[in-house]
Amino acid sequence: MNLLHFKVIAGVALLIFASLLSLVFEGVDRIIHARMQLRLGPPLFQPFFDILKLLGKENIVPRRAIPWAFNGAPWVSAAAALMILLYVPMGSLPPILAGSGDLILILYLLGLSAVAMAVGGFASGSTYANVGAQREMTLMMSYELPLAVVIITLAWFSYRSGMPGEPFSLETFVGMPVWSVVGWTGLFGLICLLIALLAVVPAEVGKVPMDIAEAKTEILEGLICEYSGRNLAMMKIAFSLRTLVMCAVVVSLFFPWTIGKHFGLQGAMLFLADFVFFWVKVFLMQIAGVTLVRTAFGRYKIWQASQFYWFHIAGLSLAGMVLLSLDVIL
Amino acid sequence: MAEGSNKTYKVPIGPVHVGLKEPITAWLDVDGERIKDATIRPGAIHRGIEFMARDRNPIQIIYLAERICGICSFAHIVAFVRAIEDAAKIEVPARAQYIRTIVLELERIHSHILWAGVACYTFGYDSAFHLGMILREKVMDVLEALTGNRVNYGTGTIGGVRRDITPTVEKVIREMIDLYRNEFSIFYDVVTQDPIAKARMRNVGVLSREDAVTHCALGPTARGSGLRVDLRWSSPYEAYCDMDIKPVVPQDHTGEVYGDVFDRFLVRVLEVYQSIEILEDALAGMPAGELMWEPKLPKLLNYLKQADGTGWSSIEAPRGDDTHAVRLTAGQENITWWKVRAPTYANAVSWPIMFRENDLADSPLIINSIDPCISCMERMVVTDRSSGAEQVVTKADLIERCRDKTRRMMGS
Repeated sequence: MNLLHFKVIAGVALLIFASLLSLVFEGVDRIIHARMQLRLGPPLFQPFFDILKLLGKENIVPRRAIPWAFNGAPWVSAAAALMILLYVPMGSLPPILAGSGDLILILYLLGLSAVAMAVGGFASGSTYANVGAQREMTLMMSYELPLAVVIITLAWFSYRSGMPGEPFSLETFVGMPVWSVVGWTGLFGLICLLIALLAVVPAEVGKVPMDIAEAKTEILEGLICEYSGRNLAMMKIAFSLRTLVMCAVVVSLFFPWTIGKHFGLQGAMLFLADFVFFWVKVFLMQIAGVTLVRTAFGRYKIWQASQFYWFHIAGLSLAGMVLLSLDVIL
Repeated sequence: MAEGSNKTYKVPIGPVHVGLKEPITAWLDVDGERIKDATIRPGAIHRGIEFMARDRNPIQIIYLAERICGICSFAHIVAFVRAIEDAAKIEVPARAQYIRTIVLELERIHSHILWAGVACYTFGYDSAFHLGMILREKVMDVLEALTGNRVNYGTGTIGGVRRDITPTVEKVIREMIDLYRNEFSIFYDVVTQDPIAKARMRNVGVLSREDAVTHCALGPTARGSGLRVDLRWSSPYEAYCDMDIKPVVPQDHTGEVYGDVFDRFLVRVLEVYQSIEILEDALAGMPAGELMWEPKLPKLLNYLKQADGTGWSSIEAPRGDDTHAVRLTAGQENITWWKVRAPTYANAVSWPIMFRENDLADSPLIINSIDPCISCMERMVVTDRSSGAEQVVTKADLIERCRDKTRRMMGS
């Protein structure tokens, strides 16, 4: 068995594992969300039941929809989100497609996933889906600036501070935590960048307070207004995958620590421990970055969200950029 | 939908919409996300209750009146039985008046908490919604302990009430008062101090003081615009005559009036505290005595059959003035006619003003901000069965028809 075969098998196994895990995480997210509201919440496997039920339902394409775009969008969106997992290192395990993709590719895949959803919304031929798609595009334009600033600053910093590895590669940040490289000014800069990135997470995954494109009490689920059956199931998978992937990227950038080496584990056990620990970190990130936030706040309006990202969060990320630059220069 | 190109598109909100509790359609002319104008089309839930009432006797109509609305059911029957009592000259015992006041205030508390929760839900603040619902459960329990029901209480009757406040129930009410004194501020703080809640409600759906006057806004909608209107204060009825009630207006609490959704929220939430005080006063001052003017039902019906005259009553329901007018004719068991004017009927007129220059995202919140009760309001659809045409009668049509009728009656 050559390396290619191994990579294909490992990749397929990982993607199936991650898809199932994202649904489990969503189930936990819903339970914790409910418990914080003093409710009982759904069963842990409710997202699975939902998806299975939807797969058995009729797939309706509206008369005014553009069928190929309408049917293709959920698949592209889910596939783009899945692809990212092939480029994310998990603990001490290198990514499956190591060396052939970096942070810029991940950013574009995240963007592609969101754009595919917007295309699906535009192709629905529904007023509400159209409004939702426009909101999604507006939201993307708003959060891409702080997101790009965070990524570019980190890459530039890793390059200038002489961290081993390619500056834009996620493995660089996993191999050596940025926190161990920075000085005092840089520490504050990193905290600014982390907060900015965490603020982008709800918009990237489409959860309250940034679920503006899918606001059900305003525009009837917006983007996914017209979706049903298999397409809606794919949309739901795409949403939970985006949540998982975004949290995995944040964890890889800012919380890359592993536990395997501390326990002196060797070989397969080291990889297994790191792999499990990585997903535990992702899980905690999802609870902190998505579940808590969506329980604590209401929904913004689109112009308020744009204002929030363009001024507050972009300002914060630029402050982080300046502080990190000072750290390198001084 | 290019913003600023002065080309508007029509977006319907309703008749069935996640953010709306009852069917009504708002056709919004939007330019981008901005609402330029709005047309309200009611007419989806007309049930012909007033027509049904014409072949029922007053006691039977109590149960019909109770089903006009699920939230302010007691307000409707109090307004109805007061109209009958006015027409038939019936004296209500003092204890019954106090019990009516207590149930009215309990109903106001549950209506206002429900509204406040739903308003939070409308802008995606689910946690506050669930907190509100948990708090509201206590007043529902009290209503159940007092009347046996959670929604339609079956408590009011002509000439009095059918359930007494026993020491056990009084204890439950006092427990509820203590709970709200201590716990309700959590909900109040969670919403009023939340930056996103404020961003979503402040300067949204503004109804200025002048517009509130010219468009006949009522109840919390008018008070939210800074008008001191409250029937419990300006023309007290039942036990309110013995109490000192001041209309709750935002300027007394925040010093400023915006007339927006946030002010309406403030008014309603603060009225919960006011209702708690009224409940305490009512419990403290409750006189002993009879519950009904005439406990024997056949005797009462016989008396009502002899009665002749027109009676009306206007009370402060949780959403504003609820007015009932009724006509009894001597010798007829059934009422001759009955007219209900629910508060939403007056408040709905202000919707287009509130919509203008707001965002599409605000529209369900604005519709909900007057606490609409569409099923209370709708009794103005004219259907032509033969042609299948359906139209909503406008104010101008109504005035014209009134004049026609006057001319006919004058014989000219």
